[in-house]
Amino acid sequence: MATITPDILAAHNVTADEYSKILSILGREPNLTELGIFSVMWSEHCSYKSSRVHLKKLPTRSKYVLLGPGENAGIIDIGDGLGVAFKIESHNHPSFIEPFQGAATGVGGILRDIFTMGARPIAVLDSLRFGPLDDPQTGARNRRIVEGVVAGISHYGNCFGVPTVGGECVFDKSYSGNPLVNVFALGVIEKEKIFLGQAHGVGNPVIYVGAKTGRDGIHGATMASDEFTEESKQKRPNVQMGDPFLEKLLLEACLEVMETGAVVGIQDMGAAGLTCSTCEMGSRAGTGIEIDLALVPQRETGMTPYEIMLSESQERMLLVAIKGREQEVFDVFEKWGLDAAEIGIVTDTGMLVVKNHGEIVAHIPNRELADEAPLYNRPYTKPARKAPMNAPAFTSADLKADLIRLLSSGDMCSKKWIYEQYDYMVRTNTLAGPGGDAAVVRIKGTDTSIAVSLDGNGRYCSLDPREGAKLGVAEACRNISTVGAQPMAATNNLNFGNPQKPEIMAQLVEAIEGMAEACLHFETPITGGNVSLYNETLGEGIHPTPVMGIVGVLKTGKPMPIEFQSEGKTVLLLGGFRDQQDLVRFGSTQYANVIVGGPWGLPPALDMDYEKRVHSAIRKIVTEGLSESAHDLSDGGLAVALAESSFGGIGAHITLPASERPEVQLFQEAPSRILVSTAKAQEVRAIADEFQVEVVEIGTTEAGKLVIADRIDASIEELRQPWSTSLERLLHA
Amino acid sequence: MLWHRDAAIPNDIDAVILPGGFSYGDYLRCGAIAKFSPIIGAVKTFAAKGGLVIGICNGFQILTECHLLPGALVRNTNLQYICKPVDLRIETTNTPFTNQATKGQIVTFPIAHGEGRYTADPETLDQLEAEDRIVFRYVDNPNGSLRDIAGICNKERNVLGMMPHPERATDPLMGSADGLTVFRSIVTAFAAK
Repeated sequence: MATITPDILAAHNVTADEYSKILSILGREPNLTELGIFSVMWSEHCSYKSSRVHLKKLPTRSKYVLLGPGENAGIIDIGDGLGVAFKIESHNHPSFIEPFQGAATGVGGILRDIFTMGARPIAVLDSLRFGPLDDPQTGARNRRIVEGVVAGISHYGNCFGVPTVGGECVFDKSYSGNPLVNVFALGVIEKEKIFLGQAHGVGNPVIYVGAKTGRDGIHGATMASDEFTEESKQKRPNVQMGDPFLEKLLLEACLEVMETGAVVGIQDMGAAGLTCSTCEMGSRAGTGIEIDLALVPQRETGMTPYEIMLSESQERMLLVAIKGREQEVFDVFEKWGLDAAEIGIVTDTGMLVVKNHGEIVAHIPNRELADEAPLYNRPYTKPARKAPMNAPAFTSADLKADLIRLLSSGDMCSKKWIYEQYDYMVRTNTLAGPGGDAAVVRIKGTDTSIAVSLDGNGRYCSLDPREGAKLGVAEACRNISTVGAQPMAATNNLNFGNPQKPEIMAQLVEAIEGMAEACLHFETPITGGNVSLYNETLGEGIHPTPVMGIVGVLKTGKPMPIEFQSEGKTVLLLGGFRDQQDLVRFGSTQYANVIVGGPWGLPPALDMDYEKRVHSAIRKIVTEGLSESAHDLSDGGLAVALAESSFGGIGAHITLPASERPEVQLFQEAPSRILVSTAKAQEVRAIADEFQVEVVEIGTTEAGKLVIADRIDASIEELRQPWSTSLERLLHA
Repeated sequence: MLWHRDAAIPNDIDAVILPGGFSYGDYLRCGAIAKFSPIIGAVKTFAAKGGLVIGICNGFQILTECHLLPGALVRNTNLQYICKPVDLRIETTNTPFTNQATKGQIVTFPIAHGEGRYTADPETLDQLEAEDRIVFRYVDNPNGSLRDIAGICNKERNVLGMMPHPERATDPLMGSADGLTVFRSIVTAFAAK
């Protein structure tokens, strides 16, 4: 047996302290297979060892939450005996190393998390962040990553048959060496038919189903827990290969086998593959599991126990069936042409016993392995920040040119080039697809629809992670409310740098605390999520980027568009100007970033009480059918929101109060504001009064052009053309 | 729902729809493996007896692969998957699938495909035109299809293949209900029998 040397420990990212803990759990030295098993289960990716202490601060309960964090996905009650299961997960590191397969398997992984609960996936959204496409040094690589990631998501989601209905895509230098690919999936489930990843019932058979095991993806979880260096490109074999059609078959087979009543528990094999699914299912049920690797369907010959246990081959599941009813399980998988093999049994020992042709190759207590990973309360100081606090001197030379430049910028231009590669309509439930404030998907057979919005703002968070995280929650809830839905619950993806640096750890702590405060305030408990740390390349961390996925519920109906619908309607600014003439707070805006060369200063100020009242007001306006369009103000402020609302062909003539800094008035990003066009201004005002929020009449809709006071006078085509073609131009420069 | 491993079509079936999707993962080539599935033999017999067969999207690809329709569907000219609503012109009402439309009528159906560029040799294309077998044309060709072809029928006019999705345009909530024309036409064709 190989002796465990410091070099071997280093290769497994296991510290000396962690190793002594392993020694005390086992009461002996581990063999290499056992060390491998510990290293993946105790990796940052699987154990959340640096974040768990702080994640406990997040609210996780409400009367609607059926299942909170800890299982494969969270579930909330949506009435009619139904629930929705949803979660977001990152595939950042693999997507940098191999963009197409990295992103594709990111979609595959989160879909399995959803259907392993018994839910049928009905929607996917993606939050993507890349380096700038026109950067002289990194542009070519960034463009290649974008094209690969989008093609990978398209390939997997389309073939699997789930609509990709929305998301966000942001560009910033800090993501040049470390793109973020966060994938959200949501499925519908009957409340009485929720399946858990628990291995109950001593003597029950443990059955392996789905794809065969190969050598792909070994140590993916440990890779995702390390910084990138020049050698990272050598890690390409660590990225898994996806087979979306096999996953589609697996979905149908799993949902069908669950209907038989022969299944006790089921869990997908994601990060850390067979290791994670066996010890977690045993640990949750307080049981032991004994398997023999010789029985595992294998794609390659000569695989060692180490390789089989750590493989991250895709499209595999582990299930525990009722003893005596194995055949029912095998019959279903035979029908769908998939492998199913009994590889072991549930025991009462609490041990994970792994054999290979009868010989024991690993013998580890389940609970300690799954739940006793070291917890780190890592030291933190003040959040890292590089940007200056004070504004440089700037004056706009041409406000119309500024607006066009903003509309053509990577963050704000149309993402049509991306989303038209996704089948966003398959299953015919998509009422509001990509391009709006929130995506809306109906649940057939009920009069309920689900709204989803993904939001995060790394730039805000780089200036103040606590406030930035709150603003992310506020914006996602605002988006949900603007389509008339009630925000119900959330999932989060925390993308940060190296937590061993106290100033990065401080970003994580502040962001979690801000998020906790906001989620409590907006009554959107976090039902699960994902933490992705070590997002650094060559020592440079990304912007702290917490991404929120908020799920809301509304009555099925014609969705509220963001575009003005007809001429001569009153344009109202719900929430008011919230004039933040403060140049320090202007430093976080898109204008400061794109036009002036920021960022500097602080994110916009948020009044959460006021924000929540604005949500209530717009929800009532929209659900009572009082507006013809509604669009929330975010990136680019009032001017960009007006332009986006005009792209259907109906623009507006806007009058504004005089301002000493018109660029600040037009482009500041104060939250809590929504643009509404209406024929019923009186009724809208009454609702604003009822919720004690400001509403200002700022103009009238008008065909073909957008006139903003004496500052901007443009035909819609002048604005729309650069906006709609910019991404393609940047990509194919 | 007929299962791909079945080898027969029950007697009470009036029409067969080969829906969109990714049959057998579209590995090798779209529809290339599906043509070997047991049910396809039964579909051919059903069509030969005059039964109505519609192939939508992947279904159209399968129908060309198994030679119930001429030509082939190859990768879109931009080499990307395209999902969006498009305008189509109904070129003939002389089919059981379009008898409730008017010739030249413009309808909006979504497309969602990576391999939707219709191609055939010039003689076949001329023949399709001469025999009034081009059922739908794109108004603004999204994928490079020859002669803007979006859908064709066989010589006997009982087999239709089309890349756009009429079934995704059957409810105003989804942006268009134009696709109902196709299904109403089928019902009318049966009522007339």
